[in-house]
Parts: sequence; C-alpha cells; structure tokens
Amino acid sequence: MRGFWLLPILTLLPALVAHADDRTALIRMVRQDCGSCHGMTLKGGLGTPLTAQALSEKPGESLVATILYGRPGTAMPAWKTILSESDAQWIVGHLQEGFPEERR
Amino acid sequence: MLTRLLGLLLVFLAGCAQVPLRGTGDLGVVIERATGRIAIVESSTRSILGQVDGLGDLSHASLVFSRDARYAFIFGRDGGLTKVDLLEARIVKRIMQSGNAIGGSISQDGRIVVAQNYTPGGIKAFDSETLELLSEVPAEYAPGSFSKVVGLADVPGNQFAYALFEGGEIWVSDFSDPKRPVTKRYPAGLQPYDGLVTPDGRHYLAGLFGEDGIALLDLWQPEKGSRKILEKYGRGEEKLPVFKMPHLRGWSVAAGRAWLPAIGHHEVLVADATTWKETGRVAVKGQPVFVIASPDGRQIWVNFAFPDNGWVQVIDTLTGKIVQTLQPGKAILHMEFTPRGEAVWLSARDDNRVVIYDTRTFQKLGSLEVDAPSGIFFTSRAARIGF
Repeated sequence: MRGFWLLPILTLLPALVAHADDRTALIRMVRQDCGSCHGMTLKGGLGTPLTAQALSEKPGESLVATILYGRPGTAMPAWKTILSESDAQWIVGHLQEGFPEERR
Repeated sequence: MLTRLLGLLLVFLAGCAQVPLRGTGDLGVVIERATGRIAIVESSTRSILGQVDGLGDLSHASLVFSRDARYAFIFGRDGGLTKVDLLEARIVKRIMQSGNAIGGSISQDGRIVVAQNYTPGGIKAFDSETLELLSEVPAEYAPGSFSKVVGLADVPGNQFAYALFEGGEIWVSDFSDPKRPVTKRYPAGLQPYDGLVTPDGRHYLAGLFGEDGIALLDLWQPEKGSRKILEKYGRGEEKLPVFKMPHLRGWSVAAGRAWLPAIGHHEVLVADATTWKETGRVAVKGQPVFVIASPDGRQIWVNFAFPDNGWVQVIDTLTGKIVQTLQPGKAILHMEFTPRGEAVWLSARDDNRVVIYDTRTFQKLGSLEVDAPSGIFFTSRAARIGF
C-alpha cells in the first residue's frame, strides 16, 4: 500500500517527457526547416522575417492560419499535414515573444 | 624589446613551417551552418584538415573558389563575404556587403567576385584580391520596386546571369568594365526560384516556382530572347506542398539531357539538352531539392525536402530508372562528388556528420564528425563554368 502514491507520478512521467521532446522537435523544426526560407535566425530570406519585432503586432489567429494553410501566391506552403493546430498556436505564441534558441 | 621581436619572429617562422608545401586539388570546404564555422577537408584521405571560425550566419551559405583553388569566398546569409585561405586555414579578409544574401559567383577571369542579395535586392561586384567594392546592379525591375536575386551564375565574357524572384525576369550583366556593368533584361515567368548555366556556358535556365515551367535563354544568341520549356509539366495535377526550395546548378546536365526538379510534384523532369523538349520523368520519393549528376554523367543523385530529407535516390541516366534508394542519415542537406566521381559526400545535418559513399558499390566508405553540416564544396568547382 505504501508505494501506491508513486503510481500516478510514474504514469504521468512518460507523458511529460514526450511533451518536452515534442517542444524540442518543434523548436528544431522552426529553426532548421522554417529557417530554410525564413533564415535560421528568422530574420528572413526568401520568406519574410519571423522575429518578435516583425510579428508581435500581427493577429495570432491569422498567423496560425498562415502556418496551417499556407499563403497562396507565395512560397509559403500549408503545414497542416505536418503540424497540428496546437503546434501552430505554440509556434506563433513563441515567435511573437522571440523564438527560443535550439539547445545544442 | 629585442627578445620580444625575436620571439615574434620565431612564432612567425614556426607558423610558416607549419604549412607544408601541397596542392589544393583534393581540398574542399564543409559549411557548419549553426556555428558560423567551416571545416577544410581533404577528399584523398577523407579527413578534416582544419576549421575556420567567425564567418557569421551561415544558415544558407554558399561559396566559390578562386581560380587557383587556394581561396574560398564564402557568402553568408547575413551579408557577410569572407575570403578564406584554405592552405593556412585562416580568414584573409571579411566584409559585410548587404543585409541578407543568398550566394555568389566568380568571373571567368577570376578577378571579380559577385554577391547576390535579397536585401537590398541586387548584385554587388568585388575585387577578388581585395574585396573592394567595384560596382553594383540594384534589381529595380520597376520604379521603386526591388527584387530578391536568385540563381546567379558566371557565364563566359565576364558576364553574370541571374533571375529576379519578384521581378520575374532574367538579367545578364556584362562586367567587361568591372566598374560600369551593362545589363540586359529578359522575361522569365512567375517567381524564378533559382537558376543554372549549362556546363558549356551556353544556356541559362531559371526554374519557376509560380508556374510550371522553366525559362531558357540561349547566351550564344541572346538576341533571340528567352523562352519557356517544360511548360505546364504539372498538367493540372494537384500541387504538393514544397517545404524547401530546390537548388539548381550546372550539375543538372548529364548524358545529353537536363535533369531538373519538378516543383510541387515528386518527380525529376528530363529534357533533351539540344531541343529542350521533355523526354521523360522519374517518379521519386519526395520533393527533390538537389538533382546532381556525377562527373561522368552516369548517375543522378537526388535528395529531398522535409519531411523526406532522410532519403537519397540514385537514377541511372542510361535507363532513366532509380537504381538505389539510400538512407544515409538524418536531414541530408547537400551532396558533392569528388572531382572524378568515385565517391560522393553527403551532409547529414541532424547527425552532425558528413557521410561518404562509394558511387559504384553504394557502400559507405566512412564519415566525418562535423557540426550541423550543410553545403559541401570541392575545389574542382574552381575550374567549372557556373560554379
């Protein structure tokens, strides 16, 4: 009986770890793969800058839509097959604050 | 004072002694994109000879070699242009030439290095000896409208051909007088994303992102103007998302044909390099990024955009069929053949490794630890038109 209190923590742990891994993967993806057009420093390239300065005033919802559905007439593709809506929201939120660096 | 001078002299002499007499024909440079560093490599021994730091933002870096293949001119994303001595593994000169750059080129006579810029859109010419600015051509395609410049390639006659992403044009600038370039303009099409000049320097091709097709200019008869080839290759099929732009260079021409990435279709397009008519297509695993022929033209190696960037496929140019599908590592960003093509080096960015394959047996020959490698450049490029 005495060890029972551990169980909920033990079952929660993998979920927390997976969550942190997802975030690491998302940060890497934004820096590296979004970065192939927007620059690894996100200061822009073929794509527009994604710095906090460039995005903080823009409505978050439309930025989420841009990520998920792309922007016709430009090189911005729809990422909906790769990213969920909550992924896109997380990315937009963090881009608007200044995106975290990859831990290396 | 005297002892200090003597000491300096000794250090200097020791420094000289550390550089053995050697050639540069089997040297190369690997970009370490995340750390602003390059690794100087040797293909004969498959080893890293040295590293050079302090090159700025190398997240989309490319480079060209001096005609003596001793120096590399590295163009950084942040507009940095750095001249590096491969033998001494040191920076000779470094300037910031623009706000946002994408690459560059070197003239036929080796005297002019030209950078292509996104911001401010245009090209800038520098003295390859001193990196002193000689002249610039702003990509102002309409009054007050500047375009990002893509696909810059050197062409014979100290000319440079390039394309304007927003402007939808091909420009050819003649630097016979390096301080007074003369530019001619040709229509290309919607959103050229990169360009190449054929190995003979005759044809300039600009790949189009905004429409299915490729713009072609015959530089031997520019008065005939540009035209479109492989038009409407998508034939109304639904376009797949392009998570990374393909890259074009003169390596696309092999066995009398041009092998070009389709945009939004998982195919390599094949065109006859004389008539420029489509002769076939090869279905591949993803959106092709680099479609690179081996030096003898027998093989075409293809890598792919995210999320298929762990794969590489090899096409046999004789049969037009895929003969090999490899998984060399995580995030394969670039491939470069050794000068005569017995081996190919591949950057596996997310494995922090360059992997080397035998092109005949497809066996792995070895690997090198390199931090987030991207572009690999061997000095054999120094003698090629359009590199």
